[in-house]
Amino acid sequence: MKLSHIILLIVIAVAVGVIVSTAGDASTYVSFAEAEKMAADGEEKSIHVVGKLPKDEKGRVAEMLYNPTIDANYFEFTLVDNNKRAQKVVYRSPKPADFDKSEQVVVIGAMRGETFQCEKILMKCPSKYKEGELEVKEATAKKV
Amino acid sequence: MIHTTVGTVGHLSVLVSFVSALAATFGYLQASIVKNIADNETWRRFARASFYVHATAVFAVVGSLFYMIANHYFEYHYVWKNSDLSLPTQYIFAAFWHDQEGSFLLWIFWHVVLGLILIRINKGGLEAPMMFVFALVQAFLTSMILGVIVPWIDLKIGSTPFLLLREASADAPIFQQNPDFIPADGNGMNPLLQNYWMVIHPPTLFLGFAATLVPFAYCMAGLWQKQVVEWVRPALPWALFCALVLGVGILMGGYWAYETLNFGGYWNWDPVENGSLVPWLILVAATHCMIVAKKSSSGLKASIILTIATFLSILYATFLTRSGILGDGSVHSFTDLGLSGQLLIYLFTFIAVAVVLAVRSWKYIKPDGQELTTYSREFWLFMGATVLCLSAFQIIVPTSIPVFNKVAELFGQKLNLAPPVDAIAFYNKFQLWFAVSVAILTGVGQYFWWKKVQKDKMQELLNPLWVTLLVTAGIITFAQVNNWKYIVLLTASIFAIVANGTILLNIVRGNYRLSGGAITHLGVGMMLIGILFSSGYSKIVSMNMTGMPILPGVQAFASNEGKESKENLQLWINQPQRMGDYLLTYRGKRMEARDMPGKFFPKSWIEIIEKDFHAVAVRDITLGGKTYHKKGDTLEVYPENTYYEVEYRDPDGKIFSLYPRIQQNERMGNAHSPDIKRTPSRDLYTYVAYTEDNENVWSKTQTDRVALKDTFFVNDYVAVLESVSRTNAIEGVALAQNDIAVKAQIKIFDKEKDYLIEPSFAINAERMVMRKPEISEDLGLKIQFKEIDPKTGTFVFDSNTTYRDFIVMKAMEKPLINVLWIGTLVLALGLAIASARRFREFFKMRDKETAAR
Repeated sequence: MKLSHIILLIVIAVAVGVIVSTAGDASTYVSFAEAEKMAADGEEKSIHVVGKLPKDEKGRVAEMLYNPTIDANYFEFTLVDNNKRAQKVVYRSPKPADFDKSEQVVVIGAMRGETFQCEKILMKCPSKYKEGELEVKEATAKKV
Repeated sequence: MIHTTVGTVGHLSVLVSFVSALAATFGYLQASIVKNIADNETWRRFARASFYVHATAVFAVVGSLFYMIANHYFEYHYVWKNSDLSLPTQYIFAAFWHDQEGSFLLWIFWHVVLGLILIRINKGGLEAPMMFVFALVQAFLTSMILGVIVPWIDLKIGSTPFLLLREASADAPIFQQNPDFIPADGNGMNPLLQNYWMVIHPPTLFLGFAATLVPFAYCMAGLWQKQVVEWVRPALPWALFCALVLGVGILMGGYWAYETLNFGGYWNWDPVENGSLVPWLILVAATHCMIVAKKSSSGLKASIILTIATFLSILYATFLTRSGILGDGSVHSFTDLGLSGQLLIYLFTFIAVAVVLAVRSWKYIKPDGQELTTYSREFWLFMGATVLCLSAFQIIVPTSIPVFNKVAELFGQKLNLAPPVDAIAFYNKFQLWFAVSVAILTGVGQYFWWKKVQKDKMQELLNPLWVTLLVTAGIITFAQVNNWKYIVLLTASIFAIVANGTILLNIVRGNYRLSGGAITHLGVGMMLIGILFSSGYSKIVSMNMTGMPILPGVQAFASNEGKESKENLQLWINQPQRMGDYLLTYRGKRMEARDMPGKFFPKSWIEIIEKDFHAVAVRDITLGGKTYHKKGDTLEVYPENTYYEVEYRDPDGKIFSLYPRIQQNERMGNAHSPDIKRTPSRDLYTYVAYTEDNENVWSKTQTDRVALKDTFFVNDYVAVLESVSRTNAIEGVALAQNDIAVKAQIKIFDKEKDYLIEPSFAINAERMVMRKPEISEDLGLKIQFKEIDPKTGTFVFDSNTTYRDFIVMKAMEKPLINVLWIGTLVLALGLAIASARRFREFFKMRDKETAAR
């Protein structure tokens, strides 16, 4: 066997290892019902759940609890997933800065009993930089 | 009045640049094919002229857009969207490339500059086919900013930056009422990007991207003209130049993230970061192969494949970041302009061109006589290139997960794959070993390269090995490195430094021009050590050790079992708290004026004019004995930025302040930026994780009637009315001759210390009463002296409470991070030396060939 063949074999082995490991470590997007089922089956892996934050009539995020004077590292909120299931989510870190302005949220974590223990929150804010739509109200006010 | 001229000029120039790029493509194609010397020369002249027209048009496009932004023509969508009147002048440039169209334009601009240089310096036969590739790329890129709608099939090609606002938002009612409406101000640039890095990072990075085209174009030209080896010499200096610029650009981005974002590091394995790192790794692998391409056919084959792969990976990364396929998975959110189709055609065209040319010319590569052995220098270069490619492969596979989902969708499958949850741990697991291999290979490879070691003469390598083990042992003991993986990486990195340092001292001393490789590799070793310590031994210092609920009787704290989530500390204003070796005090909110950068003063000293970037000083702004603004002055500020002064007292009693920032960003979301205390050995990194903005929200008034020395309760605080005394002056109030003024002294007892609050009360000759309340920010308390009851000898006080100001903060130490930054500079220096050497060789050979002809 030639040296170059040995090296080629090693390279292929590493490449296969990379692919297998990516497939193994990749997370998945699921619903809360599926997350619960996974937890019940003893699956420890963290998963992604996409959901919306319930808002009250004033457009503020409803049902969230954060009291930094008691515990700066405890934040609790409710998330409604795409199957309309509302679920209590606990995030053991300070409340993210943009949370109040978010609409769609992705939580990463796993179900633990009754609550979804979340390690990471990804937020999508309705941002002017993304949409760049003309806010006519403001513009008209300025003209007058 | 709407300024339509500049937009028309700009748009027309885009059209001209597109058409002239096509003309140049065709001209250079003919010049590459036609054999007749006279015709060939005609075509070449035509193509060159077309390229010059193209260049002029591109400069006109750039000039028009810049002119629009600099003059605040908000009738244009791009200007309105990306800038506003409050934008400081230096960011006019940044607004230019703030959005997709502008960044495409920046890229096009660099290609033009590089193309002009290449036409000038390249006197050999490869000009026509090489510039054909250049012009074709330009045609694709200019099509991205064309903004033309093909009428009969309603197909939009490109997105123009010269769209008027009324065209972009035609449905907005305002334009139906008044088509000539011009907004008074723009939407503004994302304040988080208003940073000097935004001025220099994108141009550097895009120059790096643009420069990958040069080696690729030479490679294509060489394969096409069956000069399968000759293309390497002119391509190599450019490949090294590109590695330098792209590498510096990437690290600038990392440094920017470290300073401005609060994820606590410089690298987040974000898809966009990966999208620039992968081409760089492949490019570096390619340069290694190009160095031996003339002597080894395997080296030549690898050079061809990797040069192509570098360029294609840039196109692939462009597709990833600009097609919107990544969704929300990235901090670099580009707007989806609906260019996915165009970007895909661009990508697949060049895949096709490259594969066809490579396959066609493969048979012209002459095989070499002997088999590769472990004792040859080529072997070690290939090993290095292989490891770099594997490293790139490991990064690109998980980054492409959204692509896999999309592809599966096309075949009717639902994968629902999400990126690994802990990206940093996931990537590091592999990259650590690639780093170890690279470090070892740089050392061994250099020894073989300079023929210090050969078969049967390996003992030379023993010296650096002994030194390495000795130094590593010392560091392990001294710095207490106890993770075996880190020990391996440390040993490998030290070996890289020792071995390359030795080479540098011994062999290269004679001719510094040859020192590029050794210096670059020395930089790599230093960077690895910096990364190892600053990331591996980053220590959270804001551990919440109290374990005590701040208010009694609440269980939430005790029930919170997770140790790692206890990494934040709450600081009440002016209440010192211990953190590790430091004593920390939060001193309050601070502002920065535009004309006094780096000087922070209390937010209460100014009043900000609503929706404006001006503020009025409510008192003299005096810092360090110097008065910058008088009371009543109007000054320019950054209204969105609030700094939170955290005073650190270290064990030696030395005091310094850090000013972490929160940027109020109404529509973008607030951004928390750290402040960093830099010392040679380590950085202390601090940011505000949470705070509440409850200024001027006061509770309902509580009224107390008390006699002297009485004790009463104000919002859970115990208070004692110590005394009431006559006073001659009340601050901020002009007292007349017959006015009677008194001041009460109320003592408030808090946990750590007592406070004295002195509200005053005055009555004048007309029995008009004046009451001046006293506010204690520290306690969040306001007390007003309401009345004096002479009959009973009692006094009445009104009190209101507000939230006490506080922050929740996180702090960490980053040891030896400066070694990473210094290593980066060393690496850049090495690449610059190497590139300069190869440019010199190229010019020498070119002139020799010209002379021979």
